[in-house]
Amino acid sequence: MKIVYNGEKDSRQFKNVIGETVEALLKADDKVVWLDADLMGCSGTNKIKDDRVINCGIAEANMAGIAAGLSAAGMKPYAHTFGPFASRRCYDQVFLAAGYAKNPITMIGTDPGITAAFNGGTHMPFEDVALYRALPEATIFDITDVPMLEAALKMAKDMPGVKYIRVPRKDSYQVYEDGAEFTPGKAVVLREGKDGVIVASGIMVHEALQAAEKLAKDGIEMAVIDPITIKPLDVETIRAYAEKTGLVVVAENHNYIGGLTSAVQDAVCGMALKFGYVAVEDKFGEVGPVDYLRTQYDLTDDHIVKVVKGLK
Amino acid sequence: MTTKELEKFALEIRLATVECIKSRGFGHIGGSLSVCDALAVLYGDIMNVDPKNPAKPDRDKFVSSKGHAGPAVYATLALKGYFPKEQLLTLNQPGTNFPSHCDMNKTPGVDMTTGSLGQGTSEAVGLALGDKLQGRNCTTYLMVGDGEANEGQVWEAAMFTAAKKLTNLVWLIDWNKKQLDGYVSDILEPFDFEEKFRAFGFDACTIDGNDVAQLKEALSKKATDKPIAIILDTVKGKGVTEVEEAAGNHSMNVGAEVFDGWIEEIKGKLAALEA
Repeated sequence: MKIVYNGEKDSRQFKNVIGETVEALLKADDKVVWLDADLMGCSGTNKIKDDRVINCGIAEANMAGIAAGLSAAGMKPYAHTFGPFASRRCYDQVFLAAGYAKNPITMIGTDPGITAAFNGGTHMPFEDVALYRALPEATIFDITDVPMLEAALKMAKDMPGVKYIRVPRKDSYQVYEDGAEFTPGKAVVLREGKDGVIVASGIMVHEALQAAEKLAKDGIEMAVIDPITIKPLDVETIRAYAEKTGLVVVAENHNYIGGLTSAVQDAVCGMALKFGYVAVEDKFGEVGPVDYLRTQYDLTDDHIVKVVKGLK
Repeated sequence: MTTKELEKFALEIRLATVECIKSRGFGHIGGSLSVCDALAVLYGDIMNVDPKNPAKPDRDKFVSSKGHAGPAVYATLALKGYFPKEQLLTLNQPGTNFPSHCDMNKTPGVDMTTGSLGQGTSEAVGLALGDKLQGRNCTTYLMVGDGEANEGQVWEAAMFTAAKKLTNLVWLIDWNKKQLDGYVSDILEPFDFEEKFRAFGFDACTIDGNDVAQLKEALSKKATDKPIAIILDTVKGKGVTEVEEAAGNHSMNVGAEVFDGWIEEIKGKLAALEA
């Protein structure tokens, strides 16, 4: 896996990548269906001309149930809406009609955590990962960059169970080379370090890499790991780095309860080590620009530096 | 099937349903008995299914969104030959393939997992849409409870069905007037189902849902540009006098001798029909 991170913003917007990837998937596989809940303009799928692109209207529970029924009829459905509505609004439908009933579907929740920005607290999911973690056999992708988004969308098509892809609509920092391939449950080590490990997902990968750079200037060498999937979690790799370094800090754009922090805690439970996290402190969301929210919820590289130094 | 044959099949389904519930001593008898006639006509006359090949992709499909009608669905499938009838007597026993609520991964012939009320409507929409997208010439039949129609998801799915002209999906509303806590009209008055479905864009009608001849006529009708919704005016607990008359007949827990009396009543009706 080639890491191409240079700290500069990718010129590609996530939503355009979704639209282009889905169009290619529809062409490549006649079983693919894209369902949306009046947010096709936000998923970049509104320009696709195909009778397998279906706008269900603002009815997320119905959309999730339809996805499960389509799956039972032999199709490979994707369903998109904003993160809170792709998780808590239709949880019982995803849980039973897709999960329990073993009808594989892919749910895509855009604008996770603080990236909901100007839509504010009503639209800001800090709990979506917690919900999907509690769904047996689910796979959760917290998208880091464009190559990972493309790979996750392609992989999800033929995977069993419920897949949940949480992805912002706008900016990202490229970390992986174009065309990179991933394995669910297999983490990627982005940076080696002997003094500790930062386990970061989604938009926090960039913050973690920035923090590691700043810490290195102070002589603290932190490894950085992207789990790729929060569930299944690469327990083996995380435990190996915890064992090797004795210090683990998790960074996530989600409530510390039930998300990556909890998952990593489960993984290292019983090990003798120092543990910290940079995550939302059991708070609701609020409205504002992403930069303001990043500071408001302490989801910054500087806060990671502070937490690491506090543990040293 | 002739009307008499369908009536006989419906009585056999009732008999097997009561025997199935008797094996566990309790169960959702009221809402199972109200749909036996519809099941008899669907599986006896209307649906293109093959018990030897339950997963045939272009089969007609049945979704009981009122998942608790499981015992009646299982009785019907057993009589159709999907599995030996004795298996009905494992209802809700540990490790059974016959749980209270319909489960597509456990029972041969069950087309969809249901139980969380309202959900089967969207699932049926998905099945019908998937069949349509794949060019299959088949129909999905959806059974919805009148109490179940309290759920908002039912109306989301109804709106989608008509708006997308999903004419390969037929809605059946089991208007048996009662839900768990009492009369539907006392708990959350649904007003006129037929008018509601018409307003949602369906070709809607109301029939006696315990009359096989009326069921056959309504179910034989082909949809034009609007999907069909059939309101089944039924009696909860139909066919067993004590169950029909019981105030709380959603789920009943009675002794074996009481079940035996109910079984005798149905057997008597079968004998009278054959006489």
